[in-house]
Amino acid sequence: MTNSSFLLRGATLADGSTADIAIVDGGITGIGSGLDAFGATVVDAAGLLALPGLVDLHTHLREPGFEDSETVLTGTRAAAAGGFTTVFAMANTSPVADTAGLVEQELALGEASGYATVQPIGAVTTGLAGERLAELGAMASSRARVRLFSDDGFCVSDPLLMRRALEYVKAFDGAIAQHAQEPRLTVGAQMNEGEVSTRLGLTGWPAVAEEAIIARDVLLTEHVGSRLHVCHVSTAGSVDIIRWAKARGIAVTAEVTPHHLLLTDDLAESYDARFKVNPPLRSAEDVEAVRAGLADGTIDIVATDHAPHPDQHKDCAWPEAANGMVGLESALSVVHAAMVDTGLIEWSDVARVLSEAPARIGRLEGMGTGLTIGSRADVVLYDTRAARAFGVESLAGKSANSPYLGRRLPGRVVATFHRGVPTVLDGRLRPHDEVVAGQKAVTARG
Amino acid sequence: MRHLLSTRDLSRDAAIHILDVAEDMAQTQTREVRKLPTLRGKTVVNLFFEDSTRTRISFEAAAKRLSADVINFSAKGSSVSKGESLKDTAQTLEEMGADAVVIRHGASGAPHTLAASGWIDAGIVNAGDGTHEHPTQALLDAFTIRRRLHGDVSRGRGLDGITVAIVGDILHSRVARSNVWLLSALGARTVFVGPPTLVPTHLDGWPADVSYDLDATIAASPDVVMMLRIQTERMNDAYFPNPREYARRWGLDDERLARLRPDTIVMHPGPMNRGLEISSRAADSPRSTVREQVANGVSARMAVLYLLLSGERED
Amino acid sequence: MSARTVLQHADISRALTRIAHEILESNRGPDALVILGIPTRGVVLARRVATLVSEISGVDVPVGSLDVTMYRDDLSRNPTRAPAPTSIPARGLDGATVVLVDDVLYSGRTIRAALDALGDIGRPRAVRLAALVDRGHRELPIRPDFVGKNLPSAPSERIYVRLEDVDGEESVTIEQGGA
Repeated sequence: MTNSSFLLRGATLADGSTADIAIVDGGITGIGSGLDAFGATVVDAAGLLALPGLVDLHTHLREPGFEDSETVLTGTRAAAAGGFTTVFAMANTSPVADTAGLVEQELALGEASGYATVQPIGAVTTGLAGERLAELGAMASSRARVRLFSDDGFCVSDPLLMRRALEYVKAFDGAIAQHAQEPRLTVGAQMNEGEVSTRLGLTGWPAVAEEAIIARDVLLTEHVGSRLHVCHVSTAGSVDIIRWAKARGIAVTAEVTPHHLLLTDDLAESYDARFKVNPPLRSAEDVEAVRAGLADGTIDIVATDHAPHPDQHKDCAWPEAANGMVGLESALSVVHAAMVDTGLIEWSDVARVLSEAPARIGRLEGMGTGLTIGSRADVVLYDTRAARAFGVESLAGKSANSPYLGRRLPGRVVATFHRGVPTVLDGRLRPHDEVVAGQKAVTARG
Repeated sequence: MRHLLSTRDLSRDAAIHILDVAEDMAQTQTREVRKLPTLRGKTVVNLFFEDSTRTRISFEAAAKRLSADVINFSAKGSSVSKGESLKDTAQTLEEMGADAVVIRHGASGAPHTLAASGWIDAGIVNAGDGTHEHPTQALLDAFTIRRRLHGDVSRGRGLDGITVAIVGDILHSRVARSNVWLLSALGARTVFVGPPTLVPTHLDGWPADVSYDLDATIAASPDVVMMLRIQTERMNDAYFPNPREYARRWGLDDERLARLRPDTIVMHPGPMNRGLEISSRAADSPRSTVREQVANGVSARMAVLYLLLSGERED
Repeated sequence: MSARTVLQHADISRALTRIAHEILESNRGPDALVILGIPTRGVVLARRVATLVSEISGVDVPVGSLDVTMYRDDLSRNPTRAPAPTSIPARGLDGATVVLVDDVLYSGRTIRAALDALGDIGRPRAVRLAALVDRGHRELPIRPDFVGKNLPSAPSERIYVRLEDVDGEESVTIEQGGA
């Protein structure tokens, strides 16, 4: 397929209206009814929802260093399968993405993949060690244009270091994405602290360990006039604190993962390590609270925290298993189930929380405007009426540690266009050589 | 019975049935020849990732008295300590034809993982997993209490209406966790007693009351006082100021011993820290069941192995 | 399913009385006799036989029960059996003439298990076997010394012994099985 023009015929837009979408040379050139094909490849989008390509602010691509879990290529394939066109790659690779050279390398790996744009996140501290600031400025002015910095996996727990990081990134409109976990309150923690953890004899991860850090960080952010992003908010108390901070005018944004919108800590009763994640699955009340927070805008976005692990890190006793779940392939369906089917938000909100807002928080140039003429042709076509038994065959990455295997999830990604190049068509990933050729053609013409 | 992973799964009838079989086993242990041919040809593997000589030899004696072949597989000095996974170990045991695996593991839930994994077909007995459960300890405790209460006419009976005070480090105790469910199934009431740092905060729905005051608990005249071992590693982790203060507030010393009702029994799963959670006089008094608990442990474990390994397989 | 009654209440009493006489005769009196029933119904029968023997001889004959569950060779072929208590009279078994009592003698495997169990408890001078019904089909070289009734049967048939103390009625019936 060398044609770089597409006409998505009769798609339903997020506002409920119907339109054709014309894609030429990587950009959206028209949105309206009865558009002329002009030789473009026509894609029948009747009955399908067209959303702006999804943007994930929190992906672990594992390369370099942990290629047995995921590579940039396999991770971006998983992204495309889930309707994502941009992923922010977390810094906890090996070596850690803490220099300009390393973030540029990550960017290049993404360009070579072509399935999705890879926007590196830089480490806050060298080696994620929590001791010295990494070269934040060099990463910001590198070709990777890093604006978001995170030690995710670890909390920047030292309050002075956190203050300095927040202050420093003001120089280039950066933000610190904090993994909020007070380390001393979570020594040996295995799952949400509550009745279930008590019964299972698994060391608890108390909500207060997250809330205490968020409370501290929003106050620091206010004090130094900077910008804070809170990763994977998981507790009702965290939502309250963020709501309070926003009401005070503090520049804080927050994300929730799909799994924290749907799953609860009682799943640990099976001791099945697929349900082990950090922060842990919480109580039903917490799930209610993060859903409400997402619905009322307290929580800005959904981010997957896609965290692939090879089987041997999950096929073991719970306390010995690794934390994390893959989430790119299932995210849209989970948000569909947890937020749309429950009537809490509309599809236009989904476009906001899974595409527009994360692009803005991550300061992606020229993005975050949704499906508009002149914007980059990142589009996902989603069949909202489909439902599927989610299985290993639903996964496109390298690892199978999904908590949804065996569950029924609504919806199905039918097509994904990344920079105007189809990465998924008819529900199937396109071959890599074809995607690469398509991206080359777009780059040449653009 | 396919596996014994937790006492929480045991109904009252199932629990009484195990205790009754344990009575039968105990009876055979008074004979001239104590070995029974029952499990001839069966292989029981003691898979111990944590050192516990007491529990291991108790299971070993139980299996041997039932004529099972016993293989002891301890982690120390084996491939397990060199990082071999639970999965590979399980598959090895499967190939060796293990009919039952008695597992002691430092990780809570490891026996569940083994039972649910499909790596091995054997029946799994939890011999203590992390801070989760230790079901055979609870069974031998209940058996011991029932015998003290009802003597030779114990069969068929529960522990209805009695109060058991479990005293000490509840938070980390697999013995306390297994006891609370079993005691509740048998009709007994449990009171957890200890410093607030060592009694779990989240006990919603648990069949247990909580007290931070051992003297008040004793004044309420419990039928059983079960003292738990204080692990030395807790002493340096701010759970309580020091051993002296712990012993003064939550130890069963001679003075508290004297205040117990004459027929209140004193239990301890062992090994004891004499002078810390229990005084020597309390441990050695006639009301103490510490030594009976050891003998009863063999009978209870014989019952469990019998129920696990005889009969057609239920899946 | 057709059920045919082969022994009624009075027949059972008569059979047990005859067995009691035969035991005394073969033992030349009540000396050193110990009567052990095999649970469940064998225990009830043993008590009755012991009472009869005591009445006839004027000497109290010790009676007990011997559970053989733990000695069976078919444990993994059947659902798990709950063991029953064993109670051995205070005099013990050494030097005694033990009369084992069971309700139905069939393959002989229960008796084989009983002999093993006895061996672990003591060393009787002799072991005899009494059965209310002998239905044949032996799989081991075992034969009864005292029989209430020989009842030739097909392997597909089932013999039911019902006793007042256990079942609330008293009869032996033969039923066509295979249902």
